[in-house]
Amino acid sequence: MTATAAVGRPAAVRPAKARRNRENRNRSLLGLLAWLCGLVFFLPFAWMVLTSLHSESSAATNPPSLGASLTLQGYREFFGATTGVSPWPPLINSLTASIGSTVLVLLLAIPAAYALSIKPVRKWTDVMFFFLSTKMLPVVAGLLPLYLIAKYAGMLDDIWLLVILYTSMNLPIAVWMMRSFLAEVPKEIMEAAAIDGAGLLVTLRRIVAPVAAPGIAATALIAFIFSWNELLYAEVLTGVVAGTAPVFLTSFVTSQGLFLAKVCAAAVCISLPVLIAGFAAQDKLVQGLSLGAVK
Amino acid sequence: MSTLSTPRQQRFSWSARQGSPGAAARPRGAWARRGPLLPALIFMIVVTQLPFVGTLVISFMRWNALDPGDRGFGGLSNYRNAFSDPTLRSAIVTTVVLTATVVLVSLVLGLGLALLLDRRFRGRGIVRTMLITPFLVVPVASALLWKHAIYNASYGLLDGVLTWVWSLFGSGHAPQPDWLSVVPLISVEASLVWQWTPFMMLILLAGLQSRALDVVEAARVDGASSWQVFRYLTFPHLRRYLELAALLGSVYVVQNFDAVFTLTSGGLGTANLPYKVYETFYQGHDYGEASADGVIVVACSLLIATFALRTVSSLFREETL
Repeated sequence: MTATAAVGRPAAVRPAKARRNRENRNRSLLGLLAWLCGLVFFLPFAWMVLTSLHSESSAATNPPSLGASLTLQGYREFFGATTGVSPWPPLINSLTASIGSTVLVLLLAIPAAYALSIKPVRKWTDVMFFFLSTKMLPVVAGLLPLYLIAKYAGMLDDIWLLVILYTSMNLPIAVWMMRSFLAEVPKEIMEAAAIDGAGLLVTLRRIVAPVAAPGIAATALIAFIFSWNELLYAEVLTGVVAGTAPVFLTSFVTSQGLFLAKVCAAAVCISLPVLIAGFAAQDKLVQGLSLGAVK
Repeated sequence: MSTLSTPRQQRFSWSARQGSPGAAARPRGAWARRGPLLPALIFMIVVTQLPFVGTLVISFMRWNALDPGDRGFGGLSNYRNAFSDPTLRSAIVTTVVLTATVVLVSLVLGLGLALLLDRRFRGRGIVRTMLITPFLVVPVASALLWKHAIYNASYGLLDGVLTWVWSLFGSGHAPQPDWLSVVPLISVEASLVWQWTPFMMLILLAGLQSRALDVVEAARVDGASSWQVFRYLTFPHLRRYLELAALLGSVYVVQNFDAVFTLTSGGLGTANLPYKVYETFYQGHDYGEASADGVIVVACSLLIATFALRTVSSLFREETL
């Protein structure tokens, strides 16, 4: 008791400085911990990139060969160096499906969000919850009828079928996001503009668009990422012609021979568009993931 | 968020204004308001609701693609088959265990990471970027990465590290488990936790950054400890964000197909409901029973969805109404 009091006294004399020191130490320790966690979560990705740059024989070693010489062979294989199978058709399919559905989502969601926020229809909350509830309906629940309809309509293995389905997958999210953005448009200014005789187009361009533009960007980003990543619809409803990049990736694993570097290279290439879009717009990502509830 | 205007007030002022021009003008005005909404609404009903009605109808039919002659009304036989099918029961249990584990673990990790990232330190931007990387890897790509480059028994990273660590102590006999067959479900869960923790972290971090700092400052001045600040200020504020993150996460994870399909192909007790429906439909070609499975999946998701909608709705009321 006396010992601790004696030891404690110098600190008590200058409590502020001691406390600041302790806080500083805590802060740098927690910073270190954050770095450690970041590295742990990043490690599998880093390992994927490193493996993709190894030759097949040095990629499949035990223990792992960290210092093996780097090569682009995996990437050459991905682009069909030996098999002659080009990755471009599936990549272009994925681009068509993702961009096509994103454009369609925006075309449908923006007017809908306008009708739900700026000049809201009656019972607009019910409409909002209808949209959200469709998102809770599992994809598999409607898969079989969609397959049968597509089969009889001759739309199996057709990329436009995926454009339509991806639109339905992302539209609820987009409506929710766009509504939360359009709800921020200042009503007083719109009313003032109406009194000054501004037409609908002028109002939209001068007052609504500046507020809505970041929202449109966030919505487009989320719709693009989810469409690009989708596997189940693509796996069931497409074949050789309209297969998307994720489907192509699953076909990359072979039962014979070494394929690790090749698969990692393919995984890196196919994730690249999403990685770039996501890193470039980290803050938009949060808004999108929370349906616009978090800004 | 506090800048959001109050739509309820607008709605009331709108209906007051709308009431005056007289009954004749109202229908046209109402349609002008509804007009922009209709394309999206009709599109969603046609593309998502009608197929489900189809599933419902087919679930009462005898319909196996391999036996096209025998097609007709089957009554409840598909449901009877589905419920007496032990694989469906195990798929339900797997789905519940998988979803609950992944959501809870990634929520706790996400909360920890969000609290770490909420303070200032050197290189915070870089750490944040590293942490969200798993979420931006295409899910199939990440499943393939875990299956072949990490879990593989002969050259995967995990067993490779074990060999390396054992050899440091001069032993040549490191354990080399085949992770996907020893702990299949945990392996699937681990890869999904890796993928979903950033999602939870991002939402919780946004929640942390939206709390009123002056209150925290005042509490500190009054001598509150860090734990007290967390327990009585931060946590209550975060509660809604935790609910939002958990429920959105559940909606996505309960539907997970990519990881199960790629990592284990539904083997060794890892088949969840979406995979089970896919299998019945794609490999068994029994359309009737696949549809009955699908209807059961919907019934299960309704359970989650009800909670999810209620939470989002309370969030929605507090924030915007």
